[in-house]
Amino acid sequence: MMLAVQDYTPRRYIEFVWNKPDARLLTLFGGVLALLIVASIVGVILKKSAESESSRRVIDNLNARTRAWWKMSAIFALTLVVGKNGSLILFASLSFLALREYITLVPTRRGDHRTLFWTFFIITPLQYFLIGIDWYGLFAILIPAFAFVFIPARIALAGDTEHFLERAAKIQFGLMICAYCLSHAPALLILKIPNYEGRDSVLLLYLVLVDQMSDVLQYVWGKLLGQHKIAPNVSPNKTWEGFVGGVATATLLGAFLSWATPFTRWQSAVMSLAITIMGFLGGLVMSAIKRDAGVKDFSAVIEGHGGILDRIDSLCFAAPVFFHLVRYFFVR
Amino acid sequence: MSDKIHPLARIIAAFARGLSGVQVRWQGCVPEPRQRIYFANHTSHLDFVVLWSALPVELRARTRPVAAKDYWQAGFRSFLAQRVFRAVLVERGAAARSARDEHSEDEHSHTKGFAVIDQLAEAMGERDSLIFFPEGTRCAGETVGEFKSGLYHLAKRRPDVELIPAYLENLNRILPKGEILPVPLVSVLTFGSPIRVEGNENKHEFLARSRAAVLSLRRKGNE
Repeated sequence: MMLAVQDYTPRRYIEFVWNKPDARLLTLFGGVLALLIVASIVGVILKKSAESESSRRVIDNLNARTRAWWKMSAIFALTLVVGKNGSLILFASLSFLALREYITLVPTRRGDHRTLFWTFFIITPLQYFLIGIDWYGLFAILIPAFAFVFIPARIALAGDTEHFLERAAKIQFGLMICAYCLSHAPALLILKIPNYEGRDSVLLLYLVLVDQMSDVLQYVWGKLLGQHKIAPNVSPNKTWEGFVGGVATATLLGAFLSWATPFTRWQSAVMSLAITIMGFLGGLVMSAIKRDAGVKDFSAVIEGHGGILDRIDSLCFAAPVFFHLVRYFFVR
Repeated sequence: MSDKIHPLARIIAAFARGLSGVQVRWQGCVPEPRQRIYFANHTSHLDFVVLWSALPVELRARTRPVAAKDYWQAGFRSFLAQRVFRAVLVERGAAARSARDEHSEDEHSHTKGFAVIDQLAEAMGERDSLIFFPEGTRCAGETVGEFKSGLYHLAKRRPDVELIPAYLENLNRILPKGEILPVPLVSVLTFGSPIRVEGNENKHEFLARSRAAVLSLRRKGNE
C-alpha cells in the first residue's frame, strides 16, 4: 500500500502508519513501558514514605518484582521482535525450566531416569518443533496421546514397580502443564485468522499481557482490600476482593485492547474474562501442588517472584483455553 | 604448579553449573583463600565439578580433587582427571586398610596406607586445597555411607588445614551412578562450618562426627 503525495493529510498518514503490521505491537509495548516507568516511580515514592518494618518489607518485595518485570518484559519484547522462532525458543526454554522446577519437587525414583531424559530432551523440544513446522495435527496429540502411552511403558521397561502409577501420573501431569499447555501460547502464531495476517504476535502479546496484568491486579487489589480468603488452605494470599477486583479490571483492560485483536470490544472483554479466570485457577492449582510438597515457591530464580513456574502458572492454564476459543470462533 | 585453569575445565564447569542449576549456600563459612579440605557426600560424577565450579574463580586454580586411581588412571578419564582438573590420584582402600591394621604387624599395608596420606599432604603443599569424598565411592543417594578413615589421617597430618563439610543434594537424580545421560533438575550445594579433630577424639568418633556434619546440611523441605 502506497501513500501518494497528493493524498496526504495528517489523518490519512496516521491511518497508513497504524495499518503497518508492527504499529499495534509497538503501541502495546509502549503501553507496557509506560506502565513499568509508573510502577518504578510509585515504588520509589512508597519506599520513601514507608514507616513500619512490615510495610517496608512489602514494598521491597514490590520493587524487586518491578525490577524483575523490567527484565522479563525486555526478554519477551526481544523474542517477539525476532519473530516466530524467537517466541518458540523463549517458550520452549520456559517449558524446560518450568518442568525442571516441577520434577525437582516431585519425588521420582532411579528407574525414572531415562523416562525423564526423554521428557526433557525429546518430547518437550519436539512439541515446539511441531509448531515451528506448522504441524497442528501432531502438535495437538503428541503429549496427550503419544507421551501418555510412552511414559508408563518406558517406566515399566525400566522394571521398578514401586509407586508405579503415581510416578507415571506425576510425570505426565508435569509434561501436560509445563510443555503441552504452555506451548499453546506460541501456537497462536500458526493460527490463520482472516483479516489478521502478519499480526499473530500481537495476539500472543495480548494473551500474555492480559494474563500477567490479571495476576498483578489481583495481587494489588488483594493487598489493598483483601479480607475474605477464597481457599485459605491452598493459598492464604488469594482473597475474594483481590479476585473480583483483578478479574474486573483485567477484563476491562482487555476490552480496551480490542484494537490490537481480531475481536470486537465485547468479544475482547469475554476473551479476557476467560483468560483471567483460567489464570486464577492455574495459580490456585499450582499453589495446591506447592502446598502438598511443603514449599512456598517452586524455586528462587526470579527476584521477588519465586520460580519460573510461579510466574507462568496462570499462563499455563489460560493459554490452551484462549487458543481453542480463538481457533473455534475466529479461524474458519 | 601454575594458576592456569585448563580451558576444558572452564567449559565443563560452566556446563555442569547450567545442567545442575546449582544453588550454592555458604552456611557455615565463606569462600576464603586459605587451605581447606572440602569433604562431601558422593553420588554422581558431577559432584566434584559442581562443587569445584561453586568456588570463586580465584580459588578454583588452587583446589584439586582427590580421585580413585583404579578408576581414573586410564585413557580419556586419565586426561580429564590429571590434565584438566589436576586430580590427585590415590590408591583406593589403602588408607582404610592401614587404619584397620594400625596395631597389626602387617608392615606392608601399614606403609602403603600412610603413603597415601603422605601423597595427599604433599599434593596440598603450602597452597592448595582438596575436594575429598570420604565415602570412597558413589552411593545411591538416599543416605550418606560410612566414611573411610583417610579423612581422619589427613586431618591429623595437616591440623593447620580447615575441614569444610558440604552436602550435595539431588545430584544423584541428575546423573546417577551408571547413567551417561543427565536429567537437568535443580540441585543445592551447602557448605557447613569447619570442623577439626578434637584432642581426645578417636578415629571412629571423628569420622562419625564428620559424617553427621555433612548430614546436618540436608535441607528439611525447601526454605
